[in-house]
Amino acid sequence: MGGPSDSWLSARPAGPDGTLGPVLDEWRSPSPLLRRLRRTELALVAVPLIAAAVVAGLATGAPAAGAAAAGGVLVVAVLVERLLSRRVGRWGFAERAEDLLVRRGVMFRRESVIPYGRMQYVDVTAGPFERAFGLATVRMHTAAAASDARIPGLRREDAAVLRDRLSALGESHLAGL
Amino acid sequence: MTPPDPPPAPPGGAPAGPAGVPPGWGEAAPVPWRPAPGAQPPDLQPPDLRQWQRLHPASAIVRIGPGLAALLALYLLPAAAGGSRSDDWIHLAVVALVLLGGLVTWLVTRWRLADGVLQIETGLIRRQSLRFPLTQIQAIDVVRPGMARIFGLAELRVRMAGGRSRGRLSYLTLAHAEALRAQLLAAAHARQAGQTAAPARPPVETPLYSIDPRRLLVSLLISGPSVLLLACVVALAVLATVAPGVAQGVAAGSIAYLFGFATAIWRRFNGEYRLTVADTADGLHVRSGLVETSAETIPRGRVQALRLVQPLTWRPMGWWRVEVDVAGKAIGGRRNRSAKQAGKALLPVGTRSQAAWITERVFPGASASLLRPPGRARWKSPLRYGRLSAGLDTSYAVTTSGRLRRVTDWVPLAKVQSVRYVQGPVQRRLGLASIHLDTAGRSVFAVLRDRDEREAAAWFASLPDACRHARAEAPPIPAP
Repeated sequence: MGGPSDSWLSARPAGPDGTLGPVLDEWRSPSPLLRRLRRTELALVAVPLIAAAVVAGLATGAPAAGAAAAGGVLVVAVLVERLLSRRVGRWGFAERAEDLLVRRGVMFRRESVIPYGRMQYVDVTAGPFERAFGLATVRMHTAAAASDARIPGLRREDAAVLRDRLSALGESHLAGL
Repeated sequence: MTPPDPPPAPPGGAPAGPAGVPPGWGEAAPVPWRPAPGAQPPDLQPPDLRQWQRLHPASAIVRIGPGLAALLALYLLPAAAGGSRSDDWIHLAVVALVLLGGLVTWLVTRWRLADGVLQIETGLIRRQSLRFPLTQIQAIDVVRPGMARIFGLAELRVRMAGGRSRGRLSYLTLAHAEALRAQLLAAAHARQAGQTAAPARPPVETPLYSIDPRRLLVSLLISGPSVLLLACVVALAVLATVAPGVAQGVAAGSIAYLFGFATAIWRRFNGEYRLTVADTADGLHVRSGLVETSAETIPRGRVQALRLVQPLTWRPMGWWRVEVDVAGKAIGGRRNRSAKQAGKALLPVGTRSQAAWITERVFPGASASLLRPPGRARWKSPLRYGRLSAGLDTSYAVTTSGRLRRVTDWVPLAKVQSVRYVQGPVQRRLGLASIHLDTAGRSVFAVLRDRDEREAAAWFASLPDACRHARAEAPPIPAP
């Protein structure tokens, strides 16, 4: 699995207390492993479908139809892969002095600013596939349900560092409702 | 604006608030609970609130009241009609079981106030211990469902930000509930100010206005659900004359929807009947209700957003409805879910100038001038385009929108939780973008829709700083 070069944190020197310090005002992206994770998820859906199409085509004595169906699935899968890949490439976040910037989306482009003072809590989640790749998703929650600050595909260590840093920033900037 | 109706006097016997604070509320504790002589009727002197207390015993019956009434009706009607008596004991057993359930709920529920935290423990099998720190309470409401009114009881609802936690003391006697509300508010103020004892704040109220029930009724009768209901009934009637057989089937299928519309109208009427707004030291005090009455305070400085709405059918009258959004929804508000979706009305129906007046009262000193979106936004939002506009000043954002109904949203920049820049595919083609301002409110949020891309980008760049500035400038928020 990904070496140290995958980490967006490891490129920077350690802070005085041994933790990795933030880089301000610089767009950073999820780990490249996220792209591989998305491809794996897609393959887990597409490959059985293609196999089923081929088997069904052979079993019913219409291999041409089966091949056509399999080809169709393959084309769709390739298109979806392009889209997912672009989505991953588009996803980014930047830590600024007072707030966090998160951008995402290919069709619908979104960019959010979440002031640290508005943060209610941060959570780190990792689904079974994310766990297998050693990835996690960091999510910053505000009192507004519509706030959209999700950063997927961080290496688990980086996610923990980011979570700790965000919650520390949230405490020091805390503002009431 | 002159009040259309003199608002009803505050409920009799509302106590003047506690003169002292029990130990444990303030930082320096040992001040014994000593009510000022004559401040409260002697029977209202609360026991030491740090001890665990039960709710009013009649809550057992009130809580299960509606179910019990339905059961009794279900059983008594056939009995009265002379049905078989053979299974009477089953009915009795069911009723007894329901009663027992209510009793157990009452027995296992207790509450107390300790160290500035309201604690509620409940549940027989799944014990729940709920804690509500007074300093974080957003509002405290006294609600009286119909059944509780029969017994002279009231429910105290504690609202926290976030809205997940349920803080209800159901039920207490009305006088007790109001006294407790005043006590909790005073204690919260005291903790906020770091004082040992809260100054007794008499509930001084300046009545602002009260809504004429006739106008409310008319406004509801010409609002969306009523018109739909009427249209459905007329359609059914026409269908019944043309094809009775078909009409029967359609009626059977749609009766639930018709009933739903009717209940929605009734809920609005019941909830906003004789809505009275008064100005108090805590904020705006809103009282309303026909069968279920509620009294709640919209704390000063805690309004997250305000919305002016004009449904299509109100346009000839020039009527508007003003809703406000306060962080955290009313706890246990399941029964009036539709009311929650509609937002908390500050003015259920009123003229344009009345709406503007109350808006100015809630958000004083707003001076944003509204800017139209570029003409090419017509292609993206053809129906809305005529109404679209947005404006920003140093402390507020205002947007107008709406396809059929006209909507104007106000959001104080000091309350903005996050800012989003969103650009869909059509907008990108046209060089447009929208800015969303997210607040902690549930139903109102401002969208600066379909602005020129560069303008939106400039706003997006400057808004976080503007919000931070507004937050720093905003006066400190008083305790609830």
